[in-house]
Amino acid sequence: MRKIRTIFIKQLKDTVKNKAVLIQFILFPVMAVIMENAIDIADMPEHFFVLLFSSMYVGMAPLTCVSAIISEEKETGTLGMLRMSNVRAWEYLAGIGIYVFALCMAGGVVLAWTGEYKGRDMGAFLLVMAGGVLISMLIGAVIGLASKNQMSGISVSVPVTMVFSFLPMLSMFNEKIRDIAKFVYSYEVQDALGRIRETEGLREMFREGRPLVLALNLLIAGILFGFAYKRSA
Amino acid sequence: MEKIISEKNISIDIQDISHEFGENKVLKGIRLQIGKGEIFGLLGPSGAGKTTLIKILTGQLSQCFGKALLLGEDTEKLSNAVYKRLGVMLENLGLYERLSCYDNLKVFADIYGVEKEAVLEALKRVGLYEARKRAVLNISKGMRQRLMFARAILNDPEVLFLDEPTAGLDPGVMKEIHRLIEEQSERGTTIFLTTHNMEEAEKLCGRVGLLCKGKIVECGRPKEVCAKYDHQRQIGILLGSGEKMFFPNGPEAAEKMKQLLLTEKIAEIHTTEPNLETVFLELTGMDLQGQMHMTHAGLATGGRI
Repeated sequence: MRKIRTIFIKQLKDTVKNKAVLIQFILFPVMAVIMENAIDIADMPEHFFVLLFSSMYVGMAPLTCVSAIISEEKETGTLGMLRMSNVRAWEYLAGIGIYVFALCMAGGVVLAWTGEYKGRDMGAFLLVMAGGVLISMLIGAVIGLASKNQMSGISVSVPVTMVFSFLPMLSMFNEKIRDIAKFVYSYEVQDALGRIRETEGLREMFREGRPLVLALNLLIAGILFGFAYKRSA
Repeated sequence: MEKIISEKNISIDIQDISHEFGENKVLKGIRLQIGKGEIFGLLGPSGAGKTTLIKILTGQLSQCFGKALLLGEDTEKLSNAVYKRLGVMLENLGLYERLSCYDNLKVFADIYGVEKEAVLEALKRVGLYEARKRAVLNISKGMRQRLMFARAILNDPEVLFLDEPTAGLDPGVMKEIHRLIEEQSERGTTIFLTTHNMEEAEKLCGRVGLLCKGKIVECGRPKEVCAKYDHQRQIGILLGSGEKMFFPNGPEAAEKMKQLLLTEKIAEIHTTEPNLETVFLELTGMDLQGQMHMTHAGLATGGRI
C-alpha cells in the first residue's frame, strides 16, 4: 500500500508541472462550462455540451494520460528504477490508475455540476462516467505497456482517442456511424448520460441490454490489458 | 577463477553465466566471485557485455545459461529483502525531470521506507543540498550523476552497482564521484563498477576483470594484472634534439641504449610500465574504447616517434 501511495503522490506532484497531462484533465470540463454558459441556440437539446464533452472526456483524457505516463517512464528509465526498487508492476499500475481515475472523476463532478445533475442523478452520472473512464484507462495502459517510448505511445494513442472521442459526436449526424458506434463504450456513455433524468429512457436502455455493451467493452479491454501486462510484467 | 574468498564472505557469485540476444552471444561463460566490501571493476569497451551482466545480477534480465547469486539469492528470484539491500546506478535508469532533486529522492525513500532525514543526508553527502529544490530539468549532467548516486546510496546498500558512473563527466566531477565511491566503500558496501576508464579502475578497484566480447580475459588486482604482462615494459628516451624513442624492454634495449649514449645527446631516460589499457590491448587487440589496434607484436618493435 505504501508503494501505491508513493506512486500516487509522485504522479500528483509531477502533473502540476506537466502541462501536457494537466490540460487533458481540465480541457473538456472547462470547455463544457464555457460553452454551456456562452452558447444558447434555440431547439438545442438540454445540456448538449455537457453530454458531448463528457463522452469526449471519457474517450480521451484517461486513455491519453495513462499511456503517456507509462510510455514516458519507460523511455526515461524511471520505470526500470522503480522495478529495481522492487515496486511490482501491479503496484505501479494501481498507483497510476488510482491517480488518473481520481482526477478524471473530479472532472466528472465539474461536468455533472455544469449539467445540473443533482442527488441520485449525479451519482448515476458519475457511475456511468466511472465505467467509461475505467475502460479508457485499460486501453491506455495497453498502449503504454506495448510502447517502447513516448513517441510510439502517442502515435498509437492519438488515433485511438480520436475514434473513441469523436464517434459519439459523429453518430449524431450519420445513422450508419451511429449503428457502428452503438458497440463502442464512449457512445454508450453519452447515450446513458443523456437518459439519466428520464426514468423510462433508462428502463428502455436496460431492456435493450445496452449496459452489456459497456460490460463487453470492459471485458475486451481487460483481456487486452491482461495480455499486455503478462508480456511486460 | 581461483577461489580467494570464503563462501561466507561472497556478495556476488556468478556461476558460468552466458547470455545471447538472438544470434548475438553477449556473455560467454562468466565466472566470478566478489567478496563483501570489495570494489570490483569490470573493464571493457562499449558492447562488451558489461551492462547486460549488471542487468542479470540485478534481476532485470534472465540469463540464458548459468546461475548468479546476489547476497545468497538466485538473481532470477530476488526477494524484497534483497532489493532493499541493493543500490543501483545504471546509465539507462533516469530521473523524474520535472520533479526537484529532493522529490526525486523522496519517491525512493518512501518506497524503501527510509526517513526524510536520510534524503537530506544523502543530498548533503553528494553536495546537492543547496540545489535540493531545483528541478532535475535545470541541473547539469554532473549534478544529475551525483543525484543518481545519492539515489543509489539512499538505503545504505550492502551491494552497489555502478554502470559507467563517470562517463562523459569533466575531471572535477569525476574526482567528486570517485570520492563518493571510496566513501561508500569505507562503509563496507560491496561495489560492482563497470567502466572503460582504466585510470578509474586502477584508482578505485581492489580487483578488476577485463571483459571483451562477452568473455573475461583477465581478472585480478590491477597491479598484479599489470605485473603479469610486464614484458610490455618499454624504455623511453628523449634526445637532446627533442626526438623521442621507445624500445621494448629486453636484452636488445641495453645494446641500443649503449649506442645512443655514444652517439647522441640524451636529455631523459624513463620506462613505460604496462597499465590496464596496454594489457587489454595485448589480450584483445583493441583498446578500452573499442578501437582495433596492431597487436603487441606490432607495437613492441620500438622506433623513433
